[in-house]
Amino acid sequence: MSLLAILFLVLGLGLISWISARMRASRFVRGVGSDRPHSLPSYHGWYVGLWVTIPALLFLAVWASVSPGLISQAVLATPGAANLPAFGMERAAVLSEARAIATGAVHGGFHAQAASLAPAYRTAIMHYGLIGAAVTLILAFAGGAFAFTKVRSDFRARTRVERLVMGALLIASLIAILTTIGIFGSLVFESWRFFNMVSPLEFLFGTQWSPQTAIRADQVGSSGAFGAVALFWGTIFIGAIIAMIVAIPLGLMSAVYLTQYAKPSTRRWVKPILEILAGVPTVVYGYFAALTVAPALRDFAVMIGISNASSESALAAGIVMGVMIIPFVSSMADDSIAAVPQSMRDGSLAMGATPSETIRKVLLPAALPGVVGGVLLAVSRAIGETMIVVMAAGLAANLTLNPFASVTTVTTQIVQLLTGDQEFESAKTLAAFALGLVLFIVTLLLNIVALRVVKKYREAYD
Amino acid sequence: MTTNHKMIARDVSVFYGDKKAIDSVSIDVDMENVTAFIGPSGCGKSTFLRTLNRMNDTISIARVEGTIELDGEDIYASGMDVVQLRARVGMVFQKPNPFPKSIYENVAYGPRIHGLAAGKPEMDQVVEKSLRRAGLWDEVKDRLQDSGTALSGGQQQRLCIARAIAVDPEVILMDEPCSALDPIATAKIEELIHELRGRYAIVIVTHNMQQAARVSQRTAFFHLGTLVEYGETSEIFTNPRQEKTKDYITGRYG
Repeated sequence: MSLLAILFLVLGLGLISWISARMRASRFVRGVGSDRPHSLPSYHGWYVGLWVTIPALLFLAVWASVSPGLISQAVLATPGAANLPAFGMERAAVLSEARAIATGAVHGGFHAQAASLAPAYRTAIMHYGLIGAAVTLILAFAGGAFAFTKVRSDFRARTRVERLVMGALLIASLIAILTTIGIFGSLVFESWRFFNMVSPLEFLFGTQWSPQTAIRADQVGSSGAFGAVALFWGTIFIGAIIAMIVAIPLGLMSAVYLTQYAKPSTRRWVKPILEILAGVPTVVYGYFAALTVAPALRDFAVMIGISNASSESALAAGIVMGVMIIPFVSSMADDSIAAVPQSMRDGSLAMGATPSETIRKVLLPAALPGVVGGVLLAVSRAIGETMIVVMAAGLAANLTLNPFASVTTVTTQIVQLLTGDQEFESAKTLAAFALGLVLFIVTLLLNIVALRVVKKYREAYD
Repeated sequence: MTTNHKMIARDVSVFYGDKKAIDSVSIDVDMENVTAFIGPSGCGKSTFLRTLNRMNDTISIARVEGTIELDGEDIYASGMDVVQLRARVGMVFQKPNPFPKSIYENVAYGPRIHGLAAGKPEMDQVVEKSLRRAGLWDEVKDRLQDSGTALSGGQQQRLCIARAIAVDPEVILMDEPCSALDPIATAKIEELIHELRGRYAIVIVTHNMQQAARVSQRTAFFHLGTLVEYGETSEIFTNPRQEKTKDYITGRYG
């Protein structure tokens, strides 16, 4: 019997037991006071149904992963397997071909031996399939019988079912947390290996970045220097400085306009359009930056007499990234301005302040913590952003203040280090993990601080 | 009709969209007088109060008909500057709403936007004078730089009154100024209203009939958007002309 059939059988049994337990529970005498049935019939149904399905399905899941091993062991124990090739690919190939013949996926094959092993496979599959099905069904019936005896008027089925639901919710939330921890763990592990090759001090404070390590002894231009300061600077220059110079004023002004000046009808169509900006894939921003903004900026730089203007400039990437971040800043600012109580606004207007005085002197100062939180979140997004800088910022690790020069960022370098056919053990590849770790820690800290600020501020008015 | 009334409202109606919230109300407000608006919840007394300094302008669907004059000048005329109007007709709200700034800055806010004080010493004087008049100076003179929101509810409300009188208004509108305060803080505000009466025209909206009887010289009783009765407070409370007023005052509804 195939796994799928058993699965449906168990689910069917679960449904039947749900219905029958529910019917049984619905016949409870409706007493009064403490004689009232504790739980609604459907809770009894769920209680029994879950006892039928969950143990059986858990076993089935375990069995599905264990049984292939058991089957091939059984086949290898048969006399026909004695003269198989001892190791390697050929042995595995014969075995998998035999299994394919046994399950009817393939007829005949390259290896004569495979056909001879097929009957053994067939019996083993049959054998273990029956065992699996039998145990599963026994578990289902046993669980059902156990639970069904409990269906009584005073049984607290609701409490049990709700506890299980809570457990399921807990597992769901743990998965996200555990994944984060797992990612962090793998970053730390690979970074550890990197820092065994390159000292952390050189990595964090060195200014020379040239990750190309020599493959041959006589290779030119492969010094293998891993000083990441220029990368950190490039990231901050683009993500935290240029992008924010664009995004903060524009985002803030659009939020002020939308919350204070726009008519509801205007707001109804401007706000969604602004939010569409947030939905544009970053790769689209990337080629907009690389193909439109960057050349225009280079021409402009040449026109005003800057000779060393690069076609991949920090400014182009930063400006486009700033535009990308605008909806982010504006929606956070929008929320925090809207959270300032109406009474503040009324108080100011009643003093004879104009709307713009009210905004500048009362609303914005009151909304400031929320705005700051939003900006910090935006920065953490900007420095983690990859596509725009890969396409528009360039690869040269320049430590420069010139916005028309090409700089590189942490994310760009991670992409560079991991694409291409370098072996995995080299310092070059592992450097990507160390960079990732730095980025992870910085964005994590930014997020924590930002959420703190926002939360503290929210409490002030509730 | 004598012309020495500070504010004169004639046939004022207020609409929220299609709904008529105030129906043809006429009232006079005098200097050195406290006028109380009483009536059950939703009777329109606060709405009418807000027409007196055009705070209803902030609600886009609100529309006002009729005329309201301040010193003979129609405040709804197209030439009226609403900023000037609100400097002359100040307002104190139901819930104390100090700005999240220092006590000093709260009081200095109005003088600053209206340019009433040149330089720091003069501003210090304005702040002190306003806080003194609001009866708050002795309690806060040593902590003027503390946040206004850190004061107690009653102190916050007196701070809001200080903030309102700092711009030297002629009329002060108070919209249930004690409804969020405890009895002791309420008593202090009522005492303050007594003291302020000599300088301003005060209009107070209140739920509390005893309060109206205690602080006001004239009382207007509103019901369902209409002005039922308006007259001397002593008259209204001891000898109301209208059956409805009598029912409300004796606590039969409301």
